[in-house]
Amino acid sequence: MKRWLLPLLCALSLLSPLGANVQANEAAPLAANEAVEKRLLAISEELRCLVCQNETLAASQAELANDLRREIRGLINEGKSDAEIMDFMVSRYGDFVRYRPPVKSTTLLLWFGPVLLLLIGLLALFRTLRQRNRLIARDTLSADEAQRANALLNAAPTTPANAPAPHESAGPTP
Amino acid sequence: MNKFLWPLIGFIVLIVLLGVGLTLNPRDVPSPLIGKPAPNFTLKQLGAPDKTFSPRDLHGQVWLLNVWASWCVTCRQEHPVLVELGKSQTVPLIGLNYKELRGDGGVDMSRIGADEEEKLARERANGWLESRGNPYTLTALDLDGRVGIDYGVYGVPETYVIDKAGLIRFKYTGPLTQEAITGKILPLVAELSK
Repeated sequence: MKRWLLPLLCALSLLSPLGANVQANEAAPLAANEAVEKRLLAISEELRCLVCQNETLAASQAELANDLRREIRGLINEGKSDAEIMDFMVSRYGDFVRYRPPVKSTTLLLWFGPVLLLLIGLLALFRTLRQRNRLIARDTLSADEAQRANALLNAAPTTPANAPAPHESAGPTP
Repeated sequence: MNKFLWPLIGFIVLIVLLGVGLTLNPRDVPSPLIGKPAPNFTLKQLGAPDKTFSPRDLHGQVWLLNVWASWCVTCRQEHPVLVELGKSQTVPLIGLNYKELRGDGGVDMSRIGADEEEKLARERANGWLESRGNPYTLTALDLDGRVGIDYGVYGVPETYVIDKAGLIRFKYTGPLTQEAITGKILPLVAELSK
């Protein structure tokens, strides 16, 4: 019966735009229970696929990922809690399987390394800014000095000792 | 001078860290099963269809469990080393044939029934051992890979050293080399056998 049911449903779905939509959303081979699938998805997004290590268990198409999803589905159906399912995975594959490993001595650098780097960066920024302020304070002319500098510039002789070519203006250099 | 000193030191530290990172193998995931009891199972044997194997059968002995399959290319690479080890008869070597048919991407499982799967798996695995030599004391058939999951198998081949009390003492991921056997596994077996 199943053999002709699916093509029939596909054909029917083509007739109505709404039907086509539903078909597209549910193309994956899902088990009957939607709540189970939702939990499976939530759990497997927290887990690493050990074959394709940068993919979640939810996203991976690896053979082992398929097996593990089937295993997790079985555990959900047995009424196991999320924590128990996590334990099942960690006891077999280690903390590495979790995308959010627990805080312990071996993972301290992983958890707090970024904060440490941020602190070092802030410290360096703070020191650089303070140093710059000091330089600015030192190199700014006082009102008196500014007046003298202006007087000197305005009174600049038209032909200084080491005179440049006559057509060049001896403007103030920055 | 001072202005460039700290960026230079930072750069050198980064280079050293990245350099060390290059020498590590990302596939080498430390197994949480080390020091834990080897998960129990009962599976049919490859050589004797009417017999089963269970790790309990070897309680009181040090033994090796080697996970393999005929579709596994790197298993071919390690096999000569295992054949040598098998000839020496120093330690029981149990094969765990992992998903002989289901693990082979080229086999369409929807066309194969349960009975047929076991028959085909036996044919393929036996054929492989006949042509390459059979180093195993016996091989257990893990058709659906469930036992593999209990042992945390995530790539074939993998090899486990199990002690007299039935605890997993060592796991080797990837094809065994002669160096790994003589340098690590055999000394460990000798020590555990005392």
